[in-house]
Order: sequence, then structure tokens, then C-alpha cells
Amino acid sequence: MRLSLTINGRSRDVDVEPHRTLLEVLRDTLGIFDVKEGCNEGVCGACTVLLDGRPVSSCLVLAPTAGSRAITTVRGLEGGGELHPLQQAFLRHGAVQCGFCTPGMLLTALAFLERHPGADRETLRHAIEGNLCRCTGYAKILDALEYYARG
Amino acid sequence: MADAVALERGLRLVGQRVIRHDARDKVIAATAYAGDWAMPGMLHGVVVRSPYPSARIRSLDTAPAAAMPGVAIVITARDVPHNTLWTDVPGQTTEVGPLRARLHVLAEDRVRHQGEPIALIAAETLEQARDAAEAVDVDYEPLPGVFDAAAALEPGAPAVHDAGNLLAHWTVKRGDVAAGFARAEVIVEGEYRTQLVDSAYLEPESGVAWIDSDGVITIRLSTQVIEHFRDVAEVLNVPQNRVRVIGAYLGGGFGGKEDVTVEVYLGLLTWKTGRPVKMVWTRQESLLARAKRHPYRLRYRTGALRTGEIVAQEIEILGDSGGYAYLSALVLLYSTVTAAGPYRVSAASVDARVAYTNNPPTSAMRGFGGMQTVFGYESQMDRLARTLGLSPLEVRRVNAIRRGDALPVGQVIETYVALPELIDRAWAGLGEPTRSRAPHLKIGRGVACNLQPYGRIVWLHDWSSAWVGFEMDGSLVVRCGCPDVGGGQASSLCQIAAEVLGVALERVSVHIADSALTPLAGTTTASRQLYMSGNAVLKASRELRDQLLAAAARLLDADADALEMADDAVHATDGRSLPLVELLRACARMGVARSHLGVYHAPAGEPVDLEKGSGKVFPDYTFGCHAAEVEVDTQTGVVRVLKLVAAHDVGRAINPQSVEGQIQGGAVMGLGYALMEEVVVQDGINLTTSFASYLIPTASDVPDVDPLVLESGEGLGPFGARGIGEPPIAPPAAAIANAIEDATGVRITQLPITPERVARALGLVVDPQ
Repeated sequence: MRLSLTINGRSRDVDVEPHRTLLEVLRDTLGIFDVKEGCNEGVCGACTVLLDGRPVSSCLVLAPTAGSRAITTVRGLEGGGELHPLQQAFLRHGAVQCGFCTPGMLLTALAFLERHPGADRETLRHAIEGNLCRCTGYAKILDALEYYARG
Repeated sequence: MADAVALERGLRLVGQRVIRHDARDKVIAATAYAGDWAMPGMLHGVVVRSPYPSARIRSLDTAPAAAMPGVAIVITARDVPHNTLWTDVPGQTTEVGPLRARLHVLAEDRVRHQGEPIALIAAETLEQARDAAEAVDVDYEPLPGVFDAAAALEPGAPAVHDAGNLLAHWTVKRGDVAAGFARAEVIVEGEYRTQLVDSAYLEPESGVAWIDSDGVITIRLSTQVIEHFRDVAEVLNVPQNRVRVIGAYLGGGFGGKEDVTVEVYLGLLTWKTGRPVKMVWTRQESLLARAKRHPYRLRYRTGALRTGEIVAQEIEILGDSGGYAYLSALVLLYSTVTAAGPYRVSAASVDARVAYTNNPPTSAMRGFGGMQTVFGYESQMDRLARTLGLSPLEVRRVNAIRRGDALPVGQVIETYVALPELIDRAWAGLGEPTRSRAPHLKIGRGVACNLQPYGRIVWLHDWSSAWVGFEMDGSLVVRCGCPDVGGGQASSLCQIAAEVLGVALERVSVHIADSALTPLAGTTTASRQLYMSGNAVLKASRELRDQLLAAAARLLDADADALEMADDAVHATDGRSLPLVELLRACARMGVARSHLGVYHAPAGEPVDLEKGSGKVFPDYTFGCHAAEVEVDTQTGVVRVLKLVAAHDVGRAINPQSVEGQIQGGAVMGLGYALMEEVVVQDGINLTTSFASYLIPTASDVPDVDPLVLESGEGLGPFGARGIGEPPIAPPAAAIANAIEDATGVRITQLPITPERVARALGLVVDPQ
């Protein structure tokens, strides 16, 4: 079926089979590799994208259901060549090691912080529990989120 | 640290919390991981795996699969030019003899574990390849299997391999152990069990292979070891210089990408079809089939005087290798060497065996056999303290190994050991005791120390090489074959080169992990890359600086010793300076090289006779101490870790932020090992092949680990650095078990410490009968 997806503000037309997941269409059909595949069963959070500003595991979303909605990947966070302040906070606080969880982690956290500005560390800890990280032990990710949340 | 060396002062970049170049790429998702790669016209490869843990293959019919739509090729064992990979283990000292352990690329007539590869398929689409995998017709005859290491060594146990189920056996005998126990005023005994766990990196095994325009088989994948290009060549029976491995930045490794993963399969598929091929394992496949950490049964008998001084240790270790050898014999060697912990003991015996079973295979994982033993020896230290009425800290201080002391294998520790400071700082780091919120919530504290080798076994004659050179505009290039698993390996190399050559970090580009284009640097394993490749880059940079300063001395008519490189220029002590770009142009005119290849050789030695305790096994060790505070719910058995302080002597922190990250991440992985992680296997069948059933810590499961970085300057790495990749994973399990006993009086001896185990120990669960 013919599908028009709005990805980071730009419209992309694709032919997809109706059973394809959004993750498959983004990575395999469109070559948008900033969305990662970690488990393909909705547990790890690596494939997180924002649908109309809400984080979803793109491996659990059928692509046709995303047709009328705004899809944001981590590439959509930069503005005018500048890193998003949350990306800068990740750098400043050493929140990145292997980086495989980073795109999903950034998007989940950003969506949460937009709804809960100024959230404290313990709240943020629970907000990212659906995004697994095997490298950092989460402390420096929380350092970055807390720094950003405090403005 | 009165007798430790002084740290080199006045450094500009080394020791700074610099932002890693790879982190910049990763926050915008510019990094192309192995699975983020595609080639025009590429096929998709899949592996057909055995559903049985022990079976004979009566027949294998690939014709139905080959006839499926889109299928380009089906490969079985008989199509593989050389179907065997080898692990060599020199120096083994027992009846097993020197080991040449075999691993089939694809199963021939026998399968020895669930998930063992049987056949390879490449097709136009991934769906077509998966459909074809279903159509491969394998007639299996299920055979009796053995699923426990002790049972595997019983007479009459089903033979996993023809030569018997004992894969390796190391023994150590130091001093008169019987006399030691006779002298002991107290003896404590314990048996401990550790479980099977998975590396569980977020990025599954993945890669793309193609035949390049020069005919070279090129494989770009996620690997800790680009030197596996040689294994691919051997399997394909082509010259080694016709295979190139490019190591992408990894989405985690932790030892699970040390053995071959997809590269041999990709090599076969692309070589046989002439087309590019992509292979990405599913999470289920990764959890099912990849080698994991060995489950151990550890038995300790420890004799001590009333002062706490240990006078005898008797240690038995039994590990489960699963269906194949992989690196098990070497993992067991690490356990053997570290079995008595970082403590002096004049009389010790270690008897360590690892057996084949039909369980999932086990091999390298962060800590590499130096981890399981910590749960044994550090549980014993607390048992000893409790028996003697001494503080757990005091018992450790009394016995802590010092420079000049020997481990039971006979290796004398040549560098400063900061254990007393580490113990004090870790304990103090816990701060004020947390007050219990309710009578049934008990609070307790515990510590655990460890030692972990860094760098490879000395008789492997380890080396690394790196190339450092200036471009004409004064920008700097580092080339080094080092894979970056996410720990900041490549970034640290840039920091070292920029430090020595006086340029800004932003002016350095680094090319890593390409077996054709970067000087080989060895494996990113064994906590060795900062140590080995850091030294290679340091050597290359210093020699390059010396040759450039010699040229500058001629141009400035000055003494080279009176010149230094800083801020993109050469500065003389008399105030004159020469811009770097002018110097480089002059070098070009004078024929002075603007690059240098540095080769670093680690201290080497011959295989030692462990039993006789004849000497050095590893270049050096990293020491640490963790302190944990836990809350135990005595109504449910749930354990919550409230605080975890992790102190390590890292020698020198090149980038303190990366060092803290290693400590925090390693400690949390160790916390998962302590409380929740377990690959559950029933009669050889893996029941936890999903992240929904194989649980790793989430942000909510763990406290913020407090990393305490101690810098003695005593390491063998650049600027006195020690390896820190592996050490932090090991102590949490024992520290938490010790804290639970402090809180509740019950000792947990089996990992993971689930609520059920704690509840049983507390007598909350009573089984019928």
C-alpha cells in the first residue's frame, strides 16, 4: 500500500506491505538508520521514535497507523546545525558510551521532560526505565537529564 | 600511598574530562554501526540452528530450501573448505595435556548444544531467507545429553566429545597446605554457586560482507577482534591477505564479540555467491546461541589465626563450558590465578576443572573467570570475620597483598597495591547509615575487594602498533587497529597523541579497526587497549615529536632538549617559536618524516608451571573495593541496593569521565549479576531468549554508583594507567551478599540473589516435605 510518512517534518512516500512495522519501514525501506533495533519485541527501547510527540517502540507500531502522524527521530532534534540542549547535556555529562541506546534514550527523555519540566532525579529514573542501557549504569544519563531539567 | 610513584604533572589534556569525538557522533546518530550498513544488491544471510541440545544428524536435505523463491545459496558443513576453528592453550599442566580445542563452523554429524549452527542461507530478502531456513530438512536423532558439569565428569556420563568431558584442569600447590590448616586456629568452609549469564549488549551481532574491487573479501562487522580475518581466510582456504575485516564502532561487546560471530558466515556467503551479504542476528538468536559466562561451583576452605591472618586456603572450582571449548580453558586459568583473591597466603591449593556439557556454550565475558571467584573468596572473608568477631574491614586489611608479595601461582606483585586506601575510601563513601523505614526492612552493609589482570597472559607475547602523523595543515592523524567497544578506546588514543604533540584535540582524526589500513593493535579484550594501544600511540607520538624537534632545532639553531611542542607550535625556552605548519613545510623540504609507526611490546615470559608456582602469568593487576548498603524486606525477600560505592586504583585516569563511566557501568552489570540475571536452561533448552525473560538492570533497579577513582600512577599503561574495563564488574555480588548477612544474619551462597532465595534463607518459604 501507498503511504505518506512525515518524518522530522519532511514528507516521504513509500510503498509498504500493510503488516510492516514502522521500524522496518524506517530502517529497511527508507534507510533511516538513526533508529536502532535492539530486540524487536518492545522491551529494550532502542527503536524509540516520537509519534506526535509521544515516545513509542517503533518495532510495535504498524507502519500504516503512523501515516497521519508526525514522526520524530533523533535526527529531528538538531536545529540549524546546533545540537539540541539535551544532546549537549549528554556530551557534557559523559552519558554516552557505546551509544546504541542513545537515540531512543534522548527521545524518551525529551518527550517526558516536555510534559514534566523540572522533574527531579528520581522521577527521571522511572521515566527512562523502559530504555535499557548496558554500558553506563544510568548514573551519567541521569546526570545529563537532571542538568537539562534544571535549565 | 607513600611508596607509590609520583604522577607526571603539568599535563594539558591527559587527566581532563574531554568530550569524546565518538560521543558527538553518537548523540546525533551519525555513527554507522555494523547493522546500519548496506550495499547495492546485497543478499540477506541467516543461520539455521539446531533445536536439540544433543543429537545426531542422520541426514540433511537442502534441496527444498534451495528451491524456494529468492534463495541464492544454501551452505552446509560439506561446502565449507575448512570447517574447523581452533583454540590453542599452551602451558596446561594436567592430564588433559596441551589443548587444541575444535569448533566446527557448521555442524557435521553431531550437535552438542541448542542453537548450534547447521546451515547458512542467503536470499534476496530477509523474509525469503527465513522462510528457506524453515524448509531445510534435517533428520535429527536426539541423543542423551548431560546438563550439569559435575554429572558430566561422572563415570558413564554421555560423552559430549570423544576424548571425554574434562576440557581443562589447572592446579596450584603453594606451601604446605596440611601444615597450614594444622596451624590454623579457625577454619571456615563454604560452597558457592554462580549462574549462567549473557553479555546482553544492546546491539546484536551484525555485519555486511562484500568482495571489493580488488578482489579482497571485505567484512564490516561488530567485533572486538579484527584479527579474525585470519580465521575467515583459514575457513575459506584463501591467503590471509585476501580478507579484510573492518570493525565498526560497537554497540557493546563485553567479551561476547571476542570469539567469531558473523564474520565467518558472511565470508562464506559472499565468497560463494560473489555478492554482498548482510547478516544481523535477532535478539532471540543472540540470547540463544552466543557464548555466555561460565556457571561455577566453588568450594573454599580457609584457615586463619585469631588475628585474622590467613594461613591456608584450599579451593576447588568446577565450571561448565557447554558444548564447545571456545576460551574456557583460558577463562579457567584466570580463575585459578585469582582464586585466593588479593590476599597473602603462604599455603594454598587450587584445583580447577571445566567440563563439557550440552548446555549453551560459555566463553569470554567481562572479567573472564576473574569474576566468579570474587563471590567465593569475598564471602569467605566475611565468614572469617564473623567467626573471629573481627570487622570485615580489619580482616581484609590484615591480609591485603602488598608490593613484593606473591600470588599462590608464584607471581610476585611488582606494583603498588592500594587496597588499604581503597577499603577505607569505599567504606567511608557509604556515609551516614540509612535508617530503616519499617521494622521488617533491615539495613546492612558489606564490602568486597578484588584483583583483575589487565593485558594478556605474558606467554602470548602481546603487542600493539599505531601510526601517528601530521598532515601539511597541522592536523594530526592516528591510525590504530583497535576496535572501540564504547568505552572510549579511540578517544583516549587521540588524547594521548594530542598531549604529546601539542595540538588541540579537535585537530586529531583517528582511524581505527581496519585490518587492511590500520596497524594491528590486537583485541579489545582483557582490559588491554588503553594499556597496549595507549602505549603504542604514546611511543609513536614521542618518537615523532623527537624527530620533528630535531628538525626544529636545526631551523632555530637551538638545542632540541630546550624545545617543546604546544599550541600548534614549537617553543624555545628563550621565547622564540616556530609555527607547526612552517616546521612541517620545512620537514617536507628537508626530507624529514612527518609520521611514525610505534610498536609496543608488553612484558613477555614463558609458560609457567602453575602447580610449582613458577612465576608471572599476567603483566599486572588492577585492585578495587566496593561497599554496598542494602535494604532487605524480611517479609518478601526483596533486596534493594541503596548505595554502592566502587573504588579502584586506575593508576592514572586519562579521561576521568570515561573511567567513571567504566566503573559505574561495570558495577551495575555486576549488580545485575548479583540480583537478577540468569540464563535459565532446562535439559539444555534455553528458556530465556528474550529481554522480557532475561532481565538486565533498568534505571529503576539500581542506585547511582559512586565511582571513587584512585590514581597511584603505578600502572604499566600510558602515564601510569591501569586497565579498568573489566575490574568493576566483579565485586558487587559478594559485597551485596555480605551486606545481606549484615542485615539479616543469613548468608546467601547462590547467585542470583532472588527474592525467592532470600525468602528461603529467611525461612519464609517451606517446601512441602
